[in-house]
Amino acid sequence: MSVTAEKTGPGTRTERAPGPPAPAKPRKPSLRQRMWRERWSYTFIVPGALFFLVFAYVPMLGNVVAFQQYSPFRGIEGSPWVGFANFNAIWADPEVLTALRNTLIIAVLQLVFAFPAPIALALLLNSLISDRVKRFVQTVVYLPHFLSWVIVISVWQQVLGGGGLVAGILGDMGMPGFDAMTNADTFKLLVVAQGMWKDVGWGTIIFFAAIAGIPNDRYEAAAIDGATPWQRTWHITLPALVPVATLLLILNIGSILTVGFEQLLLQQPMVGANAAQVLDTFVYFRGVMGGQWGIATAAGLLKGVIGTILVLASNKLAKKMGGEGIF
Amino acid sequence: MATATMTRPGKAGTPPWMAPPSIWVRGIKAFVIVLIVITMIYPLVYVIAMSFASPSQARAGVIFPTEFSLDAYRAIFNGGTVTQGLTNSLFITVVGTLLSLAATSMLAWGLARTRQVPGAKAVLIMVLATMFFSAGIIPNFMLIKYLGLLDSTWSLIIPGLISAFNMIVIRNFFQGLPEELIEAARIDGAGEWRIFLQIVLPLSKPVLAVMGLFYAVGYWNTYFNALLYINDSEKWPIQVVLQQYVLAGVAIPGAVVSPDQPPPPGITLQMAVIVLATVPILIVYPFLQRYFTSGVLTGAIKG
Repeated sequence: MSVTAEKTGPGTRTERAPGPPAPAKPRKPSLRQRMWRERWSYTFIVPGALFFLVFAYVPMLGNVVAFQQYSPFRGIEGSPWVGFANFNAIWADPEVLTALRNTLIIAVLQLVFAFPAPIALALLLNSLISDRVKRFVQTVVYLPHFLSWVIVISVWQQVLGGGGLVAGILGDMGMPGFDAMTNADTFKLLVVAQGMWKDVGWGTIIFFAAIAGIPNDRYEAAAIDGATPWQRTWHITLPALVPVATLLLILNIGSILTVGFEQLLLQQPMVGANAAQVLDTFVYFRGVMGGQWGIATAAGLLKGVIGTILVLASNKLAKKMGGEGIF
Repeated sequence: MATATMTRPGKAGTPPWMAPPSIWVRGIKAFVIVLIVITMIYPLVYVIAMSFASPSQARAGVIFPTEFSLDAYRAIFNGGTVTQGLTNSLFITVVGTLLSLAATSMLAWGLARTRQVPGAKAVLIMVLATMFFSAGIIPNFMLIKYLGLLDSTWSLIIPGLISAFNMIVIRNFFQGLPEELIEAARIDGAGEWRIFLQIVLPLSKPVLAVMGLFYAVGYWNTYFNALLYINDSEKWPIQVVLQQYVLAGVAIPGAVVSPDQPPPPGITLQMAVIVLATVPILIVYPFLQRYFTSGVLTGAIKG
């Protein structure tokens, strides 16, 4: 998605910025005239702009609650201000540290396992000669992306849960008690595996696009020079995927504090908070369920700010390393 | 379609310079691919099959049922709560998708001519920026509460009315429309709205179809917002109902086939609820699949 942002950026950069035009040159209509001429265009823009204002920007103001001892009963106006007390409380809260640790562990595991998986799958599928097989496999691997997390976890529960298919088979073989869904020790790997099951196929699309952009004659020339298929992949295909992969890596790092919110929220009751509490679920349980709005909002705000800084920083880093960056 | 361009050799098969892979390589590839396909598909097939399993086989637990029965579905539809959930989700999906398409394409058309319309670029930047931050769970909750939308079905539609990403994809499509056509209409005196409704929208059916499908899937899959904003179980969408009965293990009220018959085993009931929540996705999937590669690619790559 961010590719879009990057592409539209340069595209529109050449256009004149709105705002008061410099001392009107003879033939140039004034800003007011231009706005009047386009008055009908504003009937298209204003409702959408208002929508984003109300549902994306106004809620930002709600974050002031992070500096209050907020109670819904008294409202924002009536709740006492407490400065940074909520932020201090975060550091003293052992649950926050657990949530942070879980978040980071899952994020790193995702980076190690789930991030390269679509690249590998795209290369594998691309190496298939039969178009029909390829299309069939694509149809199959894209499907889980469109299923909700509730469905995905319900299905996994039926297969890998305590009363599920695998437990039944192992039980028949004399190994009762299998239940991958409630095992706190392996839960983080399970989370990564579920994520891969759902999205590995979907992730290949962007890499296929990059592969499709490689000129065919490069492969031909390499083959004539005697390059093996493996060498062609290594020296032609993979380098062509680097820009896209960098881009996705930036996004991944930017969202390192956000790991599968619904996925974890749904499974936490089964595994327990110790293994399955992440920052987002902490905000939900502590704030909405536990009524400690101030602390929860402070944690959410801190997370959001750090996340934004991470995106900006990794983008800068990618540019410095010669990549394109997102914006 | 993108799949066609992906295959370098084209329809002719192996290009002359490509040596056929050795039997070992082919064997390993085939094995890996079969493994992936089974991992992806078997769980779904198993759930669907078990939802139709006869009570005795479901209780015994088999890898694949051979005796079938519709009891689970009968019991669920007798119960009523799942039907209610499906109805709610259907409403949210249909109404939400139509409103989203209208709102998104309007904004996209308004922002398609950033150069001519003063202020449009500022709005565009404002919209794009929302892809990089979010206010957070609690401020959003407070907003919905403040607007009096708690416990209203509209709280599941309005906050997600326009996705910035989808807006950009549609805007890109609009910008690719033949300019002469629109200029000609403008010279003939057609207003912006007339151009939009009679020229732009009819020409944009493909991209509207893709975006409509994406929106529809999103609305159908709504879960967390419903958990957050909707207390009244009568108004729950199917995803929350599914979570209650399958993951939280709550018994489905009134789920019996007939008063003189024992209720179907819980496992087939659960499987049947999963299937009912999944079927709409499976129905639209072939259409999605035909379009989404091109849809996603036009959005992400051509920019």
